[in-house]
Amino acid sequence: MTIDATYGVPTVALHTNVFRHVVRSVMRVNGMPRARVAYVPQPVMGKTPEQLRAYVDGIDPVSGRPVMQEVIEGLTKRLDEEDLKDSSFERSTPLLVEPDTEENLHNLFLENNWTDKLPIILPTEERVAAMLAHTSHAPDEVVGHMRPTGFREYWEYTVEKVAANAVMAGARPEYFPVILAIAASGASARGSTTSSAAAMAVVNGPIRHEINMNCGTGALGPYNHANATIGRAYGLLSQNLQGGSVPGLTYMGSQGNNYAYNSITYAENEERSPWEPFHVQHGFKANESAVSLFTGCRSTAFTLGVREKHWREHVRHLLQGMDPHSDPTFVLDPITARQFIDRGGFDTKEKLIQWAYENAQLPASEYWDYQLIQNYIYPRATYGDEPWASMLKAAPDELIPMYRLDDIHVVVVGGETNGYWRIMGCNYQKTVSVDAWR
Amino acid sequence: MSEKLTVYNPTGYPPKVKHRPLAPRLDTLDGKTVYLVDARFDDAEILLRQMEAWFNEHLPSVKTRFVQMSSVYTQDDPKTWEEIRANGDAAIIGVGH
Repeated sequence: MTIDATYGVPTVALHTNVFRHVVRSVMRVNGMPRARVAYVPQPVMGKTPEQLRAYVDGIDPVSGRPVMQEVIEGLTKRLDEEDLKDSSFERSTPLLVEPDTEENLHNLFLENNWTDKLPIILPTEERVAAMLAHTSHAPDEVVGHMRPTGFREYWEYTVEKVAANAVMAGARPEYFPVILAIAASGASARGSTTSSAAAMAVVNGPIRHEINMNCGTGALGPYNHANATIGRAYGLLSQNLQGGSVPGLTYMGSQGNNYAYNSITYAENEERSPWEPFHVQHGFKANESAVSLFTGCRSTAFTLGVREKHWREHVRHLLQGMDPHSDPTFVLDPITARQFIDRGGFDTKEKLIQWAYENAQLPASEYWDYQLIQNYIYPRATYGDEPWASMLKAAPDELIPMYRLDDIHVVVVGGETNGYWRIMGCNYQKTVSVDAWR
Repeated sequence: MSEKLTVYNPTGYPPKVKHRPLAPRLDTLDGKTVYLVDARFDDAEILLRQMEAWFNEHLPSVKTRFVQMSSVYTQDDPKTWEEIRANGDAAIIGVGH
């Protein structure tokens, strides 16, 4: 669209057919509903040159016409009246829904894809008012902007819109500052990536105990009201405030992700952790409350304990088994945190992170051959972005680091019933003040 | 008759959509330079090379020029767009998703 509209060069964009609804939608909301496109079958990835030549010689699966006819006409067929028409339009959403019965409203919310397909609490004016009483911010104050993917437009939202979603999730009003902080981050829990990613939210500071969050036994599971409903609110506010999360349109996750039901939301077990709390590592004081957001949560490695004899090999294998495009966050039960100190002398999170960085390595030829590395890192490397540009010079068998040092994280959570721990593949986004939203 | 409730609409506020014009189309591709732009996603290069071969076989009067985006497709690439504007007459870019 940029080449066509901004640089004045007639352009045809090639897509695969499963994205036809997304493509049309993105074109429309970018003011170019008549941009020229052609489709080939899905997938392109992994096909041989001969198979892809057959795509080129074949039929556009969306239009039913030859692919090359679509391409050539897209570049040469004269623009008509429809093409030249001003496609600008205003749109907004109302503050309130047309009054209706409880049953009809539940059906409306479900049909409009405003829920996570589980029953919700209807956001009546009374309930939203009760939620709004737990922040000093005005109802019409803009909290932030969010979008499901970089190719779509940012939608804006206010305190009262966040409150509506918090009510729907079943959150209590005293949780609202945490939910507002999450909303203010702009980090969507409903990213449209075809990889089917989820989000993780880690809460630190006094707010954890003020609202009775769980940082112990079962913290990542459905066993605590605050954890469950704050996480649920994160998902609902993401999908509703960003302009939707509808499969085939604003959600393209090929398999979906069960973590997305409540976005892995929990409190860090600061009291039983031998290390500095996560938010302190990111510039907050221990007595301040904050929430840290991670997106792209997909892969999980898991094991029990840190063995004396082969712990180095075990941890190395876990790291090597992760997709190198998903940064590792160690999610450790306090028992395991102390075991890492016993085994490796890691008396700070930074020392464990340094060890992980130095030991999470792959032969260069294997690293560069990962599809996600080919898509997202190799182009940056050839552009000159470090550290990857230098890593291109490695010999095929030379070991190179899978991750950047700053992209490895450690969080402590769990009730010490056993030393189980995991490594989540996810991308840290930011840490946001909860106190600012009280 | 069931009581009617008034509830909040939970959706955010979208921006205004502003029209962006299409560039005029070419009368013919004969003798023109068409850039084939690899967005560097999911083996798009291989597909575009096949399209390049198609042009060479079926429309040899079209001059094709294959380029890759400078970095990852999520980043704007004014350097490549400027090159296309300066030296090309048309562009085919793929594969999007």
